[in-house]
Amino acid sequence: MVFDEILRRAKQEWESFCCGDVPRILVGTATCGRAAGALAVVEALKKELERCKLQATITEVGCIGLCSFEPLVTIIKPNYFTVCYHNVTPQKVPVLIESCIANDDPCLDLALGTVDRDERGAVYIPELPRFEHEYRVLLRNCGYIDPSNLSHYVANGGYGGLKKALGMAPEAVIEEVKLSGLRGRGGAGFPTGRKWELCRKASDEPKYVICNADEGDPGAFMDRVLLESDPYAVVEGMTIAAYAVGAKQGFVYIRAEYPLAVERLEAALHQAEELGLLGENILGKGFDFSIEIAKGAGAFVSGEETALIHAIEGRRSVPRVRPPYPAEKGLWGKPTLINNVKTFASVPPIIDKSAGWFSSIGTESSKGTAMFALAGKLVNTGLVEVAMGTTLRKLIFDIGGGIRGGKRFKAVQIGGPSGGCLPESMLDVPVDFDSLRQAGAIMGSGGIIVMDEDNCMVDTAKFFLDFIQKESCGKCSTCRIGTKHLLNILEDITAGRGKIDDLNLLAELCEDIRGGSLCGLGRTAPNPVLTTLRYFRGEYEAHVLEKKCSALVCKDLIAYYILPDKCERGCEHCVLACPAKAISPGRGGVKVIDQSKCTKCGSCQLVCPPEYSAVVKVSPVSSLPR
Amino acid sequence: MEELKAELADILEPSKRDRRFLISLLQEIQQRLGYLPEDAMLALADFLGVPGSTVYGVATFYNQFRFAPQGKHQVKVCMGTACHLAGGQLVLEAMSRELQVDVGGVTPDRTFGLERVACVGCCALAPVVVINGAVYPRMSPPKVEEVLVNIKLGNREHTIE
Ligand SMILES: Cc1cc2nc3c(=O)[nH]c(=O)nc-3n(C[C@H](O)[C@H](O)[C@H](O)COP(=O)(O)O)c2cc1C
Ligand code: FES
Repeated sequence: MVFDEILRRAKQEWESFCCGDVPRILVGTATCGRAAGALAVVEALKKELERCKLQATITEVGCIGLCSFEPLVTIIKPNYFTVCYHNVTPQKVPVLIESCIANDDPCLDLALGTVDRDERGAVYIPELPRFEHEYRVLLRNCGYIDPSNLSHYVANGGYGGLKKALGMAPEAVIEEVKLSGLRGRGGAGFPTGRKWELCRKASDEPKYVICNADEGDPGAFMDRVLLESDPYAVVEGMTIAAYAVGAKQGFVYIRAEYPLAVERLEAALHQAEELGLLGENILGKGFDFSIEIAKGAGAFVSGEETALIHAIEGRRSVPRVRPPYPAEKGLWGKPTLINNVKTFASVPPIIDKSAGWFSSIGTESSKGTAMFALAGKLVNTGLVEVAMGTTLRKLIFDIGGGIRGGKRFKAVQIGGPSGGCLPESMLDVPVDFDSLRQAGAIMGSGGIIVMDEDNCMVDTAKFFLDFIQKESCGKCSTCRIGTKHLLNILEDITAGRGKIDDLNLLAELCEDIRGGSLCGLGRTAPNPVLTTLRYFRGEYEAHVLEKKCSALVCKDLIAYYILPDKCERGCEHCVLACPAKAISPGRGGVKVIDQSKCTKCGSCQLVCPPEYSAVVKVSPVSSLPR
Repeated sequence: MEELKAELADILEPSKRDRRFLISLLQEIQQRLGYLPEDAMLALADFLGVPGSTVYGVATFYNQFRFAPQGKHQVKVCMGTACHLAGGQLVLEAMSRELQVDVGGVTPDRTFGLERVACVGCCALAPVVVINGAVYPRMSPPKVEEVLVNIKLGNREHTIE
């Protein structure tokens, strides 16, 4: 089919989707929505419609990034304005159906806002405060289109990039990507155009294109959301790349822990093939390209490009020395282009709208937008996309809404296990590849975790080291043994066995690991320790010298205590909840914790009714009142 | 062994007789059998014409593969960054205590298995526990017992808020 015909049909389908004769209900059912109960909402909607004998179509869409408002339900009615409802539960469904579908009451009190501008004073979603700071390129379709309907993607400008690219010489496509200033979104920020050029110039055949969807950072999910919400953008980007470098076969290496992303990607590949946008003789231009899915088996190091290649070859994913770079010698020794999911997804708009448009967004050295998973102690957690160079402060306070529960901001962890923790004084650092590196963190995978006064920085460093140490492939001794020693020292410190010399030893060991490791895993493993030591040294010292954890996290340095004048005496909540049977009534019925039995599980504090709040934690243990 | 080979015959089909399918074949076998028995790995080695040690070496490298049967209800406690910061460790310890199994273990009657997993992508609901595919959001030690009791009673969705 020629592209114009595909586009005509797609537009028709999209038109009937947006303004059909029956109401349409969209439910966000990406993994995050499902976790919040979206599938139960879909079931409830179906049942209620049937019960009321009402006509409406239900469509499952992706995620618009507002995770803390899930499940989200959008109702589109003919000749009526479109409203989006947040935190919908099956219990709210009958009200929604009764008022919105059966009658013309939009139930604005349950709504997040309207998708069309309305005069009745309801919030207009694009004008929510956070969107003022966002710049959506990759997320433009997420949550708006049906991720299993290629027509929706095409009707919204999809495949315009591929059509244009196929009319250009491959070298011209590469030139355009170079001009755009796009840098790899997988962490290191290598210029994408240069990588493509290297691969194009490699003389060996055949060539391969690989999409890195391993996303191993245990606090990041941007790639997953893109694949679940707009998989076609990734497929189109890979197709353009294959044309540019001269490859016929592509692979998407995706985590097996992302079953829904795999399912939606499979469907996308299948549909693209049916329409002649993938497979043989794409769009009648004599260019062949097909994509296979390779499911990862769970190993953080598999995300490293040479390790990933080994995994696709069916071996252990152990990295190897570079050079030669994969662009010269990659999969089965052949030239291979590897890019991240977001890198590929950035390509279609660049080709479609021009390199100049893309490079007008962002900073001098980092062009375009950056996508982050915001998590931790924020009011609004979820996914955001901003122009490169936006400050951390804007991300955390303007978009993220600041710290939950009126607590104090303490640190932001950026870049996952390879990244670093930055303190309040660094909040005006712009997020781009180079500024973050200077600050000791990295752009990395794009996970941003915000910590408040209740989080201990030594414990956080220990958490990342524990992860890294388990995930080290074991090839380099500095990484395998060094990270284990770092972990041992951190465990000593958090257990109150630390010595002041340990702090210097930590720093020294970090340098050795950084210098002596082969791949990025080992080379960046010290970052969480180095940055916490640099910015929060006082906390380390308090652990060592005073045996005090001011955040009240490190178990060995804290004790639970029941305030006698707050304890209600008659209430038995803590006594019943204590799994160690460590709590009993003392004089006058005041509950007392037997410290020798207490396992510090925290149950008593959680069950103590808020109006008493009699259970507190103290540190150091020696400060416990007798 | 022959019985096992017959059971795996549709997985070990001739078009997959290539080293590059090693990992995906292991995944399919685990999907079918719930874990990777030694004989299944040997059958796969035989099929691909590689030493058993190669198959074992690859299988033990990746976190996904297991070498003993799982519990009927596999309890996965998220230990990703957001869940850790929200107290996931305490939830894991509470699960271990209530079920009386160590992390990575299975109860003697094989009803429950306990494991830790990294970010399941619901950081906004941290800390989370995943059991039989259902996500239990905002967990805490006092909620653990309630969740387990309901699973034993066969109510699955009670804690989904
Ligand atoms: C330990 C380690 C883990 C990595 N994990 C990922 C990952 O999950 N996803 C990813 O795209 N890149 C990851 N990378 C970076 C890749 O090696 C590679 O640089 C990237 O896929 C190239 O794509 P880009 O140029 O589009 O950034 C990782 C690197 C290291 C050292
Ligand atoms: S860290 Fe647990 S879901 Fe992300």
